[in-house]
Amino acid sequence: MRKIFYYFIFLAILGNLSLVFSKEIQDEFPVPPPPFSEGIYPCSQCHASMEINRKRRILNEHTNIKLQHAETMRWCLDCHNPENRDKLRLYSGELIDFGRSYLLCGECHGNIYRDWKAGIHGKRQGYFSGGKRTYLLCVHCHNAHSPQIKPIKPEPPPLKPKEIRNAR
Amino acid sequence: MQGRNFTRREFIRNFSMATFFGLSFPFLSSCGKEMVEDFLQKHFLEMTHEEKELIISRLEERYFKKYGKKFTVSIQEAIPNTLWGYGLDLSRCIGCRRCVYACIEENNCSRQEPQSQWIRVIRLRKGSLINLEDSEHYYNPDYVPEKEFIYIPVQCQQCENPPCVKVCPVHATWKEPDGLVVVDYNWCIGCRYCMAACPYRGRVFNWAESNVPKDKWNLSVHYLGNRPRMRNVVEKCTFCIQRIRKGRYPACVEVCPTGSRKFGNLLDPQSEIRYVIQNKRTFRLKEDLNTEPKFYYFFEA
Amino acid sequence: MHSFKETVKETWRFYRKTLSLVFTGSKEYYLWCILLLCIMGIGFLCYLPQLQIGLITTNMRDQVVWGLYISNFTYLVGVAAAAVLLVVPAYIYQFGPIKEIVVLGELFAASSIIMALLFVTVDLGRVDRFWHMIPLIGKMNFPSSLLAWDVVVLNIYLLLNLIIPIYLLVKTYYGKEPNKKFIVPLILFSIPMAVTIHTVTAFIYNGLPARPFWNASILAPRFLASAFCSGPAIIIIVFQILREYTFIKIEDRALFKIAELMAYAMFLNLFFLISEMFKEYYSNTIHIASLKYLYEGLHGHNLLVPWIWVGTIMNLIAFILFLFPVTRQRLSTLNIGCILIIAGVWIEKGPGLIIPGFIPDPLGEIYEYIPNFRELFISFGIWATGFLIFTLLMKVAIPIASGEFSHIQYEREISPLKMKSESN
Repeated sequence: MRKIFYYFIFLAILGNLSLVFSKEIQDEFPVPPPPFSEGIYPCSQCHASMEINRKRRILNEHTNIKLQHAETMRWCLDCHNPENRDKLRLYSGELIDFGRSYLLCGECHGNIYRDWKAGIHGKRQGYFSGGKRTYLLCVHCHNAHSPQIKPIKPEPPPLKPKEIRNAR
Repeated sequence: MQGRNFTRREFIRNFSMATFFGLSFPFLSSCGKEMVEDFLQKHFLEMTHEEKELIISRLEERYFKKYGKKFTVSIQEAIPNTLWGYGLDLSRCIGCRRCVYACIEENNCSRQEPQSQWIRVIRLRKGSLINLEDSEHYYNPDYVPEKEFIYIPVQCQQCENPPCVKVCPVHATWKEPDGLVVVDYNWCIGCRYCMAACPYRGRVFNWAESNVPKDKWNLSVHYLGNRPRMRNVVEKCTFCIQRIRKGRYPACVEVCPTGSRKFGNLLDPQSEIRYVIQNKRTFRLKEDLNTEPKFYYFFEA
Repeated sequence: MHSFKETVKETWRFYRKTLSLVFTGSKEYYLWCILLLCIMGIGFLCYLPQLQIGLITTNMRDQVVWGLYISNFTYLVGVAAAAVLLVVPAYIYQFGPIKEIVVLGELFAASSIIMALLFVTVDLGRVDRFWHMIPLIGKMNFPSSLLAWDVVVLNIYLLLNLIIPIYLLVKTYYGKEPNKKFIVPLILFSIPMAVTIHTVTAFIYNGLPARPFWNASILAPRFLASAFCSGPAIIIIVFQILREYTFIKIEDRALFKIAELMAYAMFLNLFFLISEMFKEYYSNTIHIASLKYLYEGLHGHNLLVPWIWVGTIMNLIAFILFLFPVTRQRLSTLNIGCILIIAGVWIEKGPGLIIPGFIPDPLGEIYEYIPNFRELFISFGIWATGFLIFTLLMKVAIPIASGEFSHIQYEREISPLKMKSESN
């Protein structure tokens, strides 16, 4: 009797522990697919047959990408998994899909990640209650390689009061 | 002597009465029935539900006749247990004015001749946020944000102690149970006392008939919100009453490209706006006037 | 005792006779009335597009929502309240020479109130919805809204200033003594009512924390002081004109007594202005902006600066003229002083109060408002309406008050005709 009791306690603890550990990795948010450029994905269609060169250098390919994101401290292969280019690499070594890239961004930008999970960072669209709640990936607004929001042209200023006239 | 007086007096009396009726005839004949109906319409809060339904069907008919479009006028009431609050992230607003124009589109505001905008974005020099006297409303650089400046969008702050509601002589504006300050456009007499009383310039006046291009009408409207409005009445931001009572974000929140605008139910502890108030440094404009606005400006903590 | 039918017949007779008084007169009278009617006509023509197109035909915009109309309204409510300054010496201090002209002064107040109400009416966006403001029929926001208060007290004051003179005139017409128990309480009640109307008007502006220029406690005292300068000044000038063109007897002593009381009011007016300026300039907070706009110009905008300085200097000169008996008790200098104070207070209390309240606006914008020609003509039209109403009232009231037009005269006129019809 006692043995069965201890066995169940053990299972419960194990179950809870597994929940605790898997919780972090199980963060699921209903995001739309990542905004890939035309034909770039899956990356393995080119890279599967290529050699892996871990040397930090200026690339001859992907010249349209200008890295302006802590470029003195990191380079491409610190985020992109060298072995399987279809995945991104977290600090723990775990591999994640591009569709969950927020986990990677959240590693350094913890404050913003916390805000984004609560729903107060970034664009809000759709329904806040009674309908589908939308979340966007970080990369839907920020270019991952050059994340700072670029200055844009403002909409026209309002008319001065003297200039407000009637149609007739 | 008496006879002459009579004739002169009678002539003057008949002549003046004829003039009076002659002048008033154009007022009486053109759209006479419509004018009489409008003239006698009761205050919105005193109508029964059937009367409100009648008004809506009448309005929808009239809009169809006038604009050729099929509007759906809603009179959806406040959702119980809600108090709408708004958050604006000043560290992220870049002053692009997309919110101003999204609001105009959503709320059927007059575009040009005359122009009527419910949101006003003002630009302040870094280092001085409270003294609005140095604000610039008409900035128009090639790119925003500009380095030395901060941008603050201002619209109706939906105060809990609204000074505009206090001063309206006819109760044309009141605070709904969910905290929105609304205007009954058919009751407003256009005295503009509320506009003099508002410390945030949240209210604007329809100085002439609205001028909205035919294909740009937003057909899903609320009686107290964005329905086509007549001239010489006051209007203002209603936090997109037609959207939020169905659970959708206001138009300005949706369009903001940097995500500076937040919205939610202040009574719901899980809402986004409560998170903002809990975790960010929030303040409200002109708090010393004790108007208790529900529009929270904040910076990153 | 007259039966009801007899009373109605007599009232009708009275009405017809007053109409004949109104429509007969000298050449100057006709010219004056026609001139006023022309101005009223032009004003009305300028008002029609405002109704049809909207208030965009004025120069008011979201930044400055009240302009020339409300400026004139504020001034005229003050002028109307000043009629009480005649009542006070007549009935409280029993100063004989003024007692006869109280009736005329109250009719003057009634005309001013009508002008003030007309100014509010043209300022309303939707005049077709005016009934929303009527208590019990509409939905009046009483006691929270000061405009609602104003509607109530202005109409009560108008009624008082119509009932009292008409009652007294009708009694004089029939040669009967007025019922003191009925009329004297009403007359005495008009004193606090006069103070009330102007205080309520002041509170309309005073209660708005959004406008720091108006949110000063001294606003209501300033209003009363300036009203008691400008209103009696108009009365003094008007009564001299009446003395010239009609048979009414108004002693110089009466005019000088009014001027003496005005001198006190002028002093208070200037003192309150100095208090305001000290508080703003010495404390030097950002709320000084409106006062700076008015007296110095703000960020290069200085449209009102010459106006207010001219007005203030006029008030000062008028005060000096009224202070010394040698200038106060000489008609020529008295009249100059009156004209100066009328114009000076109009500038200070009209555009000099309303427009700077909106500059800078709550978000810091500066829009310099000048009325356009439509607003000017509508305003002239309403002033002309007030003058015309006052002229017509005087045309009836003065013959009655001086005894020239009375029932006994009338009876004497028609008795031969009556006897003729009876014998036929």
